[in-house]
Amino acid sequence: MASDTKHLEVTLETQVESVNLAEEMCLRVAEAAGFGEDDCYRIGMSVREGVINAFHYGNQERPEKKIYLVVDITADKMVIHVLDEGQGFRLADVPDPLAEENLLSTSGRGIFLMRAFMDEFEVLPGRTGGAEIVMSKKLPSPGGGSANGQGGQEAAPQQGA
Amino acid sequence: MSLRATHREAGQVTIVELSGRIVLGDGSALLRKTIRGLLEDQRKKILLNLADVDYIDSSGIGELVSGFTAVKNQSGDLKLLHLTKKVRDLLQITKLYTVFDVYTDESTALRSFN
Repeated sequence: MASDTKHLEVTLETQVESVNLAEEMCLRVAEAAGFGEDDCYRIGMSVREGVINAFHYGNQERPEKKIYLVVDITADKMVIHVLDEGQGFRLADVPDPLAEENLLSTSGRGIFLMRAFMDEFEVLPGRTGGAEIVMSKKLPSPGGGSANGQGGQEAAPQQGA
Repeated sequence: MSLRATHREAGQVTIVELSGRIVLGDGSALLRKTIRGLLEDQRKKILLNLADVDYIDSSGIGELVSGFTAVKNQSGDLKLLHLTKKVRDLLQITKLYTVFDVYTDESTALRSFN
């Protein structure tokens, strides 16, 4: 039976390879949901940045910790959750990378990019005690097609945690 | 696609040809190694050709900034050539487009080092 909601849930290791893996999985879901090339780029980049944040800042690159990635396709948007097992953080405490004094900083642009590329973005206290990034992108309008011509017909893959 | 880097000399300027993705992991590490290696060889005028780089993440941006600062700290110059649209947009929204000297023509870029 067809469902309006599709769900993907994956547990990732705290390692660099998880960044590429998460990006690739979410790109497939986004393409199947009908997003065009530009939106797929933005979604892929945001997932990368979310998992980099969990890998580096949340889990402090400690291999015994996990990263939890959840993707939902609802009736009107793609929603992505990235949860780490770190200490959590408040958005208000994240320095503005566009401030003059931070322009030449070598880090700290991931949150900014996710906010810029997604329609909705927030950071919640996660069930693990770490940070849970929740971000979403509105689905393309029906019949709008996509730049790669592969929009909207395939179901999102199902994968257990 | 992983990052590849080669370089050639044009007078005192070293042109580094990059292709692939500058992202967390090997890509960022290779960019760092390449720039640090040039500085060790006293090559302090560096032009990064990004024509074949269509993807940079925040780690790659950080590595570009780190390289820029390292070269400046040794009284050198690091400039960018042939940005793809995605990379240019990324540098614009992060306000780094005004920090780097960016060129669309190699000969103009080379003259700017004099």
